[in-house]
Amino acid sequence: MIPEIGHFALIMALVMAMVQGTIPLVGAATGVTPWMRLARPVAQGQFLFIVIAFVCLVYSFLMHDFSVLYVAMHSNSALPWYYRIAAVWGGHEGSMLLWMLMLSGWTFAVSMFSRNLPDEMVSRVISVLGLITIGFLLFVLLTSNPFTRLLPAAPDGQDLNPLLQDVGLILHPPLLYMGYVGFSVVFAFAIASLLGGRLDAAWARWSRPWTTTAWIFLTLGIALGSWWAYYELGWGGWWFWDSVENASFMPWLVGTALIHSLAVTEKRGVFRSWTVLLAILAFSLSLLGTFLVRSGVLTSVHAFATDPQRGLFVLGLLVVVVGSSLLLFALRAPRVKSEGSFAGASRETLLLVNNVLLVVAMATVLLGTLYPLLADALGFPKPSVGAPYFELLFVPLMTPLVFLIGLAPFARWKKADLPAMAVRLRWAFGCAVAVALLLPLVLGKWTPMIALGLLLASWVIVTIVYALVQRARRARELGTAPFAGTTRSYWGMQLAHFGIAIFIIGVTMVKGFEVERDLRMDTGDTFNVSGYDFRFDGVAEHSGPNYAAMRGRVQVLRDGREVVTMHPEKRVYSARGMPMTEAAIDTTLFRDLYVSLGEPVDNGAWSVRIYYKPFVSWIWGGCVLMALGGVLTVSDRRYRIAVKQRIKGESPAPAQPGAVALAAESHS
Amino acid sequence: MKPRQKRMAFLALGLVGLAVITALVLNALRGNMVFFYSPSEALANITLVEHKFRLGGLVEDGSLVRESDGLTVRFIVTDLTKSIPVVYTGILPDLFREGQGVVAQGTLGLDGAFHADEVLAKHDETYMPPEVAEGLERAKSARGATSDQPGI
Amino acid sequence: MKRRLLLLMPLAIFLLLLVFFYDGLKLDPSLVSSPLIGKPAPQFALTELYDPSVTISNADMKGEVWLLNVWASWCVSCRAEHPVLVDLARQRVVPVYGLNYKDQREDAIGWLKAFGNPYVSSLHDLDGRVGMDYGVYGVPETYVIDRQGIIRYKQIGPVTAKVLNENILPLVQQLKEERPS
Repeated sequence: MIPEIGHFALIMALVMAMVQGTIPLVGAATGVTPWMRLARPVAQGQFLFIVIAFVCLVYSFLMHDFSVLYVAMHSNSALPWYYRIAAVWGGHEGSMLLWMLMLSGWTFAVSMFSRNLPDEMVSRVISVLGLITIGFLLFVLLTSNPFTRLLPAAPDGQDLNPLLQDVGLILHPPLLYMGYVGFSVVFAFAIASLLGGRLDAAWARWSRPWTTTAWIFLTLGIALGSWWAYYELGWGGWWFWDSVENASFMPWLVGTALIHSLAVTEKRGVFRSWTVLLAILAFSLSLLGTFLVRSGVLTSVHAFATDPQRGLFVLGLLVVVVGSSLLLFALRAPRVKSEGSFAGASRETLLLVNNVLLVVAMATVLLGTLYPLLADALGFPKPSVGAPYFELLFVPLMTPLVFLIGLAPFARWKKADLPAMAVRLRWAFGCAVAVALLLPLVLGKWTPMIALGLLLASWVIVTIVYALVQRARRARELGTAPFAGTTRSYWGMQLAHFGIAIFIIGVTMVKGFEVERDLRMDTGDTFNVSGYDFRFDGVAEHSGPNYAAMRGRVQVLRDGREVVTMHPEKRVYSARGMPMTEAAIDTTLFRDLYVSLGEPVDNGAWSVRIYYKPFVSWIWGGCVLMALGGVLTVSDRRYRIAVKQRIKGESPAPAQPGAVALAAESHS
Repeated sequence: MKPRQKRMAFLALGLVGLAVITALVLNALRGNMVFFYSPSEALANITLVEHKFRLGGLVEDGSLVRESDGLTVRFIVTDLTKSIPVVYTGILPDLFREGQGVVAQGTLGLDGAFHADEVLAKHDETYMPPEVAEGLERAKSARGATSDQPGI
Repeated sequence: MKRRLLLLMPLAIFLLLLVFFYDGLKLDPSLVSSPLIGKPAPQFALTELYDPSVTISNADMKGEVWLLNVWASWCVSCRAEHPVLVDLARQRVVPVYGLNYKDQREDAIGWLKAFGNPYVSSLHDLDGRVGMDYGVYGVPETYVIDRQGIIRYKQIGPVTAKVLNENILPLVQQLKEERPS
C-alpha cells in the first residue's frame, strides 16, 4: 500500500508541476496577476507530494519491504537502519528521486524566500523550475520508477553495495545533488530575466545568494566524495579524474566563475550576457553530469547499471532544456547592452581573466572526459585519457588564476593603478618567493612543483594578511574601530581564498612528500616508513552486522614510543559475497597514516599497503574553509538590507561607480 | 587607449591565449592517451611492444600464481581466443577474481609478458567494464577473420 | 550582426556535442551487438538441475526453435522477468531452457519452487564456463536459437513483456515457419 501511495504522490506532483510550469508563465506574459500568484502555492504543493513519495520510499526501506523491486535490489534484512536510509539513494531510481526532492526543495525555497521580488519575476522563475520538474518527473515515472513491485516478494534483499555502506555515502549524494540542482535556481533566474528582458543589477543581486548557496553545497559534496574515495576505495588517492568526478567538477568550475562574474555584473553592469551564459552553462553541465552518469556512455569506476532507454531520455531532456535556453540566449542576449566601461587595467579585467581561466579549465576537463566518446564516434580507436592529462593542464591554468587571487582584491573597479599595486605588493611577493625557495629545503626536498605550490599558497596567504593589516591601519587613520566597515561578504571572500591556499598546501605536500609501500609482512615484522615503525601483529577474525572480516592489528611506534594501534580490515559482505578492503587511517593535523590489508600470502603473512600522507587532510580542510567563506558571504547584511529597501517600494540603488576603494573592496 | 584599440588589444590577447591553450591541450592529450586492446589485438600489433596500453579480458581460471615475495603476482588474461601472461607487483583490487573481467595498464615486454603497473577489476558484481565486453566481442568476431588490426 | 553570431556560438557547440552524445549512447554495453548472432550456439553438455545423472547438450534441441534463458537464484533482475517467462511457458509457444548460472543446486531448486518453473529443463552451470562461452555479461540474458542451432537473437537484461511481444515472439514465429533444411 505504502509504495502505491508513493507512486500516486509522484503522479500528483507531476500534475502540480504541469500547472506550475505553464499557468504562471502565461500569466507573466499576459500580465494576469492571479495566474502569476498561483506559482507559489502550486510549487509548495508539488514539494509536498515529492516529500510524501520520498518518505514512502524511506519507509519501504526501513520496513524491509522486499516486495518493492528497488528495495530488494539495494537493501537486506541485516543492513543497519542508517544504511537502509542511505540505500534509498544507493541506486539509480532512488538517486533520481533524491534529485527530484532537491529540485522541488529548491523550488520551495524560492517560493518562501522571494516575498520581496516582483510577482512577474517570481512566477517566471518558479515556472521555469516547474518545466524542469516535469521533465525529470516524467523520467522517473516512465523509466525509473522506484516503486515498482516485485511479486511475490523476495525473501531477502541483495544488499547495498558494500562500497556504499559508509557514513560518507550517507551524506555525499545529498550534498552533491543540492549543489547540482541548486544551479537550477540560478538558471531559472537567468531564463526568467531573458524572457522578461530585465537583465539588470537587480537580477544579478537576486541571483548571487542562490548561486553561492548552491556552490557551497557543491563544494562540500565534491570534497566529501573525494574524502570517501580516499578512505573507502583503499587506494589512498583523493582524486582520480574519473568521469563521474569530472561531471561534478565542471559545474563547480563554472559556478565559481559565475560567482565572480555576478559580482561584476551587479557592481558595474558589465559582462551581462556573459553572466547569463555562465548561469545557463552551470546548470547545463549539471544536466550533462546526470546524463554521463545515468546513460553509461563513459566507462567509469562508478558506472551504475546502465540502460540505453534512460540515456536516451536524459539526452532528450538535455536537448530540450539546454537547447531551448541557448536558443533563447542567442535571440534575447543581443538586446542586452553593457552599461559601464572600464580600463584595460581594472578589477573588471582581472575578474574577466579569472572567468576565462575557469571556463577554459572546464573546457579542458570536458574535452578530456568526452575525448573517448569523440574518438569513438569519429572512428578512431577509443583511448582513455588518464590523470596526467588533467594534471599537466591544471598546473599552467591554475597558476595565473591563483596569482590573481592575491592581486585582484587590491585592484580598483573601472581603472586600477598597476604600478602602484606592484609597489604595494612587492614585499608580499618577496615573502612568497622566499618561502617557496627556502621551505622545501627545510623540509628536505626541493622540486620545482613543490616550490611552485608553496609559492602560490604563501602568495595568497601573505596578500590576505596584507589586505587585512591595511584595512585595520586605514580604520585607525579614520579613527574607527578596526574592521568596522568590513562586511561579511568581504570576510567570506578572504576566507574562501584562504581555503584555496590551504588546499594548495595540502595538494603540494601530499604530491611532494607522500610515501607508499606495498609490503609482505609476517606477524611481528616491523617496517619503517617516514620515521614511523609499523609492526604487524597478525590478523584475527571479526564479524560485523552483515559481514565477516579478517582484522589486522598494526602497532605504530615512533622513536620507540607508541603512536597508535591500527585495525585495517578485509571484509566479505554476506549477501553479495563481495570482498571489501577497509583501510585503517590515523589522522592528525599534519599527516595521515594509512594501512590497508592486501591478501593473505602464507603462514599468517599478509601483503600490506602502508602510506604516509603529509597534510592530506588540508585538502578537504581547504574545501571546508571555501564553503565557510561562502556561508559568510550569503549571511551578509546587504542582502537583508536590499530586502528592506524593496519592502519600502524602492528599487535597490545601483552601486556608485566612483566609490572609494574601501567601499569597493568591501563589496566584492 | 581608444575603445577600438582596446578591443583589438583584448582580441590579440585572446588569440594568443587560445593558441597557447590549444598547444598545451594537444600536447597533454598526445602524451596521455592510453588505448585499450584485447589480447588478440595486442598480439597482432607488433608496434605495441614497450608502449603503454591497457589490456583487458578475463582472468584465466587457475592461472593466478603468487611469487614468494608475496607481492608479485602472475596471471593470464584471455579473450577466449588469445592469451597474454601478466606480471604485477602490488596489491590486487578487491574484486580481482579468476574467471572475471579485468583491465591491466602497463607495457608488453620483449619477454612476451605484460608488465602491469595498475590493475583494475570491475567495481560491482553485476558490472563488466564495457571495454572488456567489447574486446571480448571483437575477439570472438575476429576468430574467423585475420585482418582485424586496429591502428594507433 | 557579428555579435549575434558570437552569441549563437554556444548553441552551435552544444548541437555539435549532441551528435556525439547520441552516437555515444550506441556504445552502451547492453547494445553491443553480439557477433554470436548468426553463428552456431556454442556447444555444451551440462547436467540437469533436478537430476544430475541426466546430461543435456545442444543435440537434444536439434530441429527445434528454443530459448535459452540465463538465470540464477541470487539475481534480483531474474525475479523481475520471471513472471513473463512463466506466462510464456503457459502459452506453450516455444520451449524455454534455463541456464542456471554460477548457482548452488539447492538454492536454484528452492527458487523455482517458490516462483514457478517455466523451463522445460534447466542446465546447471556451476562454474559459469558455458556462460562464458556464450559471452554472458550479466544475468539475466536470453538467446533465441533456431532449428539449425544458430543464435538469432540475444537479449541482455530482463525480458519484459514488450521485448517478448515485439522482438522475441515474432522472431520465434518466423523461425518456426522456416522449413528445416
